[in-house]
Amino acid sequence: MAVVETIEVLTPGPLTTLQDLGRFGYGRYGVPPSGALDAFSLRAANLLVGNKENEACLEITMFGLRIKALRDVVIAVTGGDLLPFYNDKPLSMWASFILKEGDTLSFRGVKGGCRSYLAIGGGFFLTEVMGSRSTNLSSGFGGLDGRPLKKGDIFTAHSPQLHLKTAGRGFPQDLVPRYSREWRLRVIFGPQDDQFTEKAKSTFCNSPYQVNPQSDRTGIRLSGPSVERRPNVHESIISEGVIPGAIQVPGDGQPIIILVEIVTGGYRKIATVITADLPLLGQMKPGDTVTFKQVSLDDAYETLREIEERIKRFKESLSSQS
Amino acid sequence: MGDRSLLVELGDEISPEVNRRVRELSVILMENPIEGVIETVPAYRSLLVIYNPLKIDLVIIKNRMNDLQKKIGEIQIPEPKTLEIPVIYGGEYGPDMEWVSQYHNITVEGIIQLHTGTTYQVYMIGFMPGFPYMGELPEGLATPRRETPRTVIPQGSVAIAQRQTGIYPVESPGGWQILGRTPLKLFNSLHSPPTLLEMGDLVRFFSIGEKELKQWQ
Repeated sequence: MAVVETIEVLTPGPLTTLQDLGRFGYGRYGVPPSGALDAFSLRAANLLVGNKENEACLEITMFGLRIKALRDVVIAVTGGDLLPFYNDKPLSMWASFILKEGDTLSFRGVKGGCRSYLAIGGGFFLTEVMGSRSTNLSSGFGGLDGRPLKKGDIFTAHSPQLHLKTAGRGFPQDLVPRYSREWRLRVIFGPQDDQFTEKAKSTFCNSPYQVNPQSDRTGIRLSGPSVERRPNVHESIISEGVIPGAIQVPGDGQPIIILVEIVTGGYRKIATVITADLPLLGQMKPGDTVTFKQVSLDDAYETLREIEERIKRFKESLSSQS
Repeated sequence: MGDRSLLVELGDEISPEVNRRVRELSVILMENPIEGVIETVPAYRSLLVIYNPLKIDLVIIKNRMNDLQKKIGEIQIPEPKTLEIPVIYGGEYGPDMEWVSQYHNITVEGIIQLHTGTTYQVYMIGFMPGFPYMGELPEGLATPRRETPRTVIPQGSVAIAQRQTGIYPVESPGGWQILGRTPLKLFNSLHSPPTLLEMGDLVRFFSIGEKELKQWQ
């Protein structure tokens, strides 16, 4: 069957974009990865509707998205709880579900976390740009012409009906993340931690920091006790590559956690959030508090392997069902 | 950096020599790919190697990168391109030109001569897709950033900060001093490669008038 229309956007909300697992291999051209801030939730949503793990999803920020199904499609909503409703009934998250032609799906407010992911069985039929369907807003490419969704946008998919049989799947309860408004992020120190004072490192690890409203997909800006550099150490460094989760400290001593829309930076980095905790960064919102905990590389890898092992088991359970 | 990248440092200064070594290592790595490496970001004096920690161990990457570093200087790498970039200097296209002229006590004409009189090396592409960091500006043109960054800088703006010059590929906020604007497109997501300039390229600017703008667009 050919490519057919799946959903129409009735209201886009303040910021809804298409994202997949990101764009890699173009860092030398200054092209950042973009992609879902909470990659765990995106992968889960795709698996629930029978998609490949890195298929594009809608990343919904805070609230306001309303869509209408143009045919029967299977969907799954994961990530932050933005009070999703189908027609006038609450929708169960972390499960796949058939949205019938004419049904509406709306996101009515922020109950937990910050971003929801909506997967459609069959995905979104869009051209890849540099190997990815993720939206790069600042340079205006990828996703839907490099822009957020707007009213009247209509999406298509290839043979979405083949995915309808996945309806009724549920993500294992023990794997569903619980979001609070107090976050604890595990970090590895470096690469420039030696250029901060010992007191600064202890301040950094023992103080709560608050998420600022100026945060966006480029970075999470924090405010709290100042993280001081050693005397005679200049505020900026010679610019170098950075990764999402790197925590840079500009001259004012207020840390910024780098997210997915930049590849280079010119401030010192005291520490980096471990890969296993990166998805949490997508769920932090203004007013939340964060504390940092130093862990070893071995701990970081063990945590990551544990999570991947559980996802693998979920995938195996799906293939034994079908 | 963190649990999934290695920052390979090849010097601690901004210099054409250090940067050339970074470019060489970057080319060597491309020609001798390491499985599990998903991204590399070459910069002024460092190469960031990002990998999938589930696929490859940090110790193995470190050893492989050490081996590859030994090949620097031993292999032929592609010659960099040389590009000439047209710029309309001053006026509405270069809103900081007057300030820069007064700061150095040099006429606008003199500033243009200084800026067009040097061949620059593209040290890295960063900050945003296609933004080239180029150096060095002549010492007499070294200028501090704007005290208050601008919220909107038009696409194609040619700007300077300290001993560096750069070009904004798309409209964006920024803190560099804007001397003029080029009609050339620095970034096109559908082209391969997507950027006009690549690390290592050599660049000279030349001054054009408003009337010549059309022929370059």
